[in-house]
This record gives sequence, C-alpha cells and structure tokens, in this order.
Amino acid sequence: MSWFKRSAEGITTTTEEKLEVPDGIWWKCPSCKKTIPTIDLQENSYVCTSCEYHARVNSVEYFGIIYDEGRAELLFENLKPKDFLEFTDLKPYKDRIKETLSKSNVSEALTVGYGTVNGHGLVTACMNFNFIGGSMGSIVGEKISRAIDVCLQKKAPLLIISKSGGARMMESAFSLMQMAKTSAKLTVLAEAQLPYFSLLTDPTTGGVTASYAMLGDINMAEPGALIGFAGPRVIKETIKKDLPKGFQRSEFLLEHGFLDFIVKRKELKQRLSDLIQLFENK
Amino acid sequence: MTFLDFEKPIEELYEQLNKLKKIGENGKVDIQSTIIEMESKIEQTKQAIYKNLNSWQRVQLSRHPERPYTLYYLNHICSRFIELHGDRNVADDKAMVGGIGEIDGQTIMFIGQQKGENTKQRQYRNFGMANPEGYRKALRLMKIAERFNIPVVALIDTPGAFPGLEAEERGQGEAIARNLFEMSKLRVPVVCVIIGEGASGGALGIGIGDRILMMENTWYSVISPESCSSILWHSWDHKETAAEQLKLTADHMYQFKLVDGVLPEPLGGAHHDPERMAQTLKDTISNTIRELKLIPVNDLIRDRIQKFCQMGFFDE
Ligand SMILES: [Zn+2]
Repeated sequence: MSWFKRSAEGITTTTEEKLEVPDGIWWKCPSCKKTIPTIDLQENSYVCTSCEYHARVNSVEYFGIIYDEGRAELLFENLKPKDFLEFTDLKPYKDRIKETLSKSNVSEALTVGYGTVNGHGLVTACMNFNFIGGSMGSIVGEKISRAIDVCLQKKAPLLIISKSGGARMMESAFSLMQMAKTSAKLTVLAEAQLPYFSLLTDPTTGGVTASYAMLGDINMAEPGALIGFAGPRVIKETIKKDLPKGFQRSEFLLEHGFLDFIVKRKELKQRLSDLIQLFENK
Repeated sequence: MTFLDFEKPIEELYEQLNKLKKIGENGKVDIQSTIIEMESKIEQTKQAIYKNLNSWQRVQLSRHPERPYTLYYLNHICSRFIELHGDRNVADDKAMVGGIGEIDGQTIMFIGQQKGENTKQRQYRNFGMANPEGYRKALRLMKIAERFNIPVVALIDTPGAFPGLEAEERGQGEAIARNLFEMSKLRVPVVCVIIGEGASGGALGIGIGDRILMMENTWYSVISPESCSSILWHSWDHKETAAEQLKLTADHMYQFKLVDGVLPEPLGGAHHDPERMAQTLKDTISNTIRELKLIPVNDLIRDRIQKFCQMGFFDE
C-alpha cells in the first residue's frame, strides 16, 4: 500500500513517448506553440493558459487533480508485467518492459487509486500513456477487474480515465481478451448498481474504445481528445480521402451521440463530485 | 482447386498424375501401377506438408478463397434456416448475417460474419468487415434469442471490423463494446466457433460465450500478422515472423486456455471436404448445446464471466 501526495514542487516525469509534461522551467504548448512557465501549467491543471490545450498527463497528475488534498491510496502496485509469450520484434518484449520501467514514474499502463472527492469515496483506474503507449495488456485488465472488486467492497463508484494507443501487441490474444475481461467484469458492477463513470482523454483508440471506455453509465471526455476505434491514418488509407476537420474529436463524438458531455479538466473534480452525489441521493 | 505457395509440390504431383492418366487413356502401355504409385506419393506429400504447418501457413489456409463461409455452413447444418435482416436502426449489414435455424430438433439463433465467394460478392459482403449496424443486428438477434430461451451460436470469420468514416460516426467502438457487455450476461447458452479469420475486436465483437471453439486452420489474434509486421517491424515483410511471434493458431490458443476446443479439419483444410467439415461443426454444436442446457443459467453466466476474468498473465 503506497500513498501519493501531490507535491508543491511539481512532479517529475520523463518526456518519453510524447508525455508532454515538462520537468524544466518552461513548457512549450504543442497546440498554440507558446512557451509558458511550467509552474503556471501545473497550477492550471496541466491546461495551456493561453489556448486551453489539455496536455497529456498520467495517473500521477490526475489523482492530484481529482482527489481531496491530492491524496490517493495506490492499489495493486505489486502486479508486474510478464513476457509469457516470449515475444520478440525488433527488441524482446522483456527488454521493452525493463526499459520503460527504468524511464517511467508508473509501474504499468494503468494505475488504480482510491480516495475521496469532496468527502465521497471513489475508485479510479487511470491509464498512463507513457507506459508503452497506454497499451492494454494483461495488467490493465487485471487491475480494472480488481478495481471493480474494491468498488463492490466499498460500495464506491468507479471512474476509468482512458488514454490509450490500443492493444499491447506483444501480448497477442491475451491483450485482446482484456477487452472481454473488463467488459464482463463491468456487468458485475452494473448488477451491484454502482455507477461507472468513463472519462475519455487524448488519445483513446482501438481496443480500449471498443470495450470499457464506451461502456460508462456516463461517458465524458476532455475537450479536443482524439477518440475512435480505428486510428485516423488507417481510415484515411481505407477510404483514400482526407478526413473532415474535427473528425474523431470529443466534440464530434458528442455531436454523434456517444458522449454525455465534455468536461474541462479544471472542472473535472466538481463534476465528478456532483455526479457521485446525484447518483447516491436516490 | 487453388494451390497456395507451400502447396506447390502437391500441385506438381497432381499435374504429373493427370498427364499419366492421359497417356493411360490413349496409349497401349499399362501404367496402372505407376498411377497407384503416384497417388500414394501424393498422399505422402500431403501428409508431410499438412501435418507440419507453420503459423503463417495456417493463416493462409484460413483465408483460402475456396474455404466455406458462414452461410454455407448454416445452409448445410440446419434442417431449417430463415435469415433475418437489419438492425432496425440504420441498415442491413451484408458483412454480418444471422437468422433462426434448427439442428437435431433444437432451435438456434445464428450470427456470423459473411465473406463473398467472387469479386462481386466480396465487395457486396465488404470482405467480411462489419460496420456498427452489423454488430447491432447481431445483438438484436441475440436479445430475441434471450427472450425466447433460444441458444446462440456465433460463427466468426473476419479480417476485422470495418475501419471507415461512417463506421466511426456511427460508433464502431461502442457497438463492439456493447456486444461484449451484453454477451457476457446473456441468459442463454452461447457457443462461438472461429471458422476462418479471428481478427481482433471485430472478431471478439461476437465472440463472448460459454464455449469458444476454433477450427484447426484458423487464427485468433489482437492484430493481423501483416499489420503487426508493419507496426512493430516498420515493414510489411515480416508477416511470417509476426505470425510465429503472435502465437495465434488454434493449437496455441487452446494451450493458453483462451479457447475451449479445436475442431479437426479434413486434411489440407476445410475446403478439401466442406461437407465433412459441416458435419463436424453440426455434431459439435449439437453436443455442446445439449451439454450447456443442463447448466442452470445463473451458473452459466457466473462461469462465463469467471472464465474471461482469468485470462491474462503477470507476476505478483
Ligand atoms: Zn496552448
């Protein structure tokens, strides 16, 4: 059992795999290209103060934002990835895991936390894009499954924050079956009448979209997030046409009926708190 | 018969045999013994090739242009079959078929992807790549089955869910996710059989059940060997290696306990004797459903969820 406290000095993260949170004094926005002090970005919930671009952050930052005093109890950190298939592409999966672990401040592509939001208990399973592209492997599925067990024990709602490039190819069919596993386990949560809030963030694609990310009782997304089943490049190659502006962005999904609403990161905690209370006060 | 690259030695022997037969027809020489010799050589070569297939060769067999597809099986294994159309919302997806049928006096609701048998049909069937309305049609039929206590059988054969613009607009991801969720708790026996390609979420979208079975020369993976090669090796040239690395054959999947059984195919693949393959499929479905009907439905669902929840590997 480990506790995480959001520190005033800011959290150091690596810049590996396009995680845009800086460890320097200045941060350059990938959207509007303006350079702003890192401290300003942190104090603005990692949203660009100039153009409201929502920087890609992971569980460390999200837990700091949504939980009271920025405190969450981290669960199942003892689960470690394993190269069961002995998969080797240009490098062995084993080495890929080792390398990622040495550079990353998280232990897998998903971290589970428990804490309170304005005094109300909430279990959060948050994906980490800086761990092999937020890909869904066995640990992601197992942690979600166990997070649901905690919800059942504590009678607490579940929040999953999705941010994923898709499948963990190096786990082949085991990766695929995590879609089945998480969806099957969500039926148990539904049976217990505990609400499941799904927050889709940039980017949410592939198997994650085609399983738990789309199965929330409430589906919400951060502004401008890329959300889809097939990636834009694959679609472009298939239809041999340019894709319309804003295609597969949060606003597009809201318009087509797949989201309940879009929520700005600065308003996320209050929105979650309202939802939890509204679902409790039956 | 279309021969695949690794079947060339068999093709050549057949050509020699045909030549021999022609000589026998118009010649005075008695070549009967040579023909018999040749036939036994063909048999030996077939055994040698088909008993030692590698992963990529199985992928090739799963895509063989003469391989039987879903509707062939349904028309051959059902004493009666009525195809049902449409998702009652957007369209009738031609890549996903379904209907109500009967095997050995048992009514069954069937769903499955459908590929086309010639160029025109292949386009009509969108190469077996369903749109969201295909998954929603399948769900509609499964819900009818649940209401009337009719077991469900899904025949899986797809290179993937269709990655198109409209598919995304209409929520391909949501459609597949919804099926995973609903199939997990469907209150009737569900049997899934992979009869060809089991590619990724497009296959899994009708793939949650009490028994998951694979025909011998099929594959099941999170990604096709070609796409895997292109992403991880940055080139299309490593599909054979990718196929090996993905461990995607029926044997692997059974060994990993990700599927519950493997249906033997006729030597050389289902297309070498489609009727015999259909008979194997029919018997398997019939027996499996009889067995599943004995299990109380709450136990059935509990075990189904439990089975999928055990899938995965990690250190603790
Ligand atoms: Zn900006």
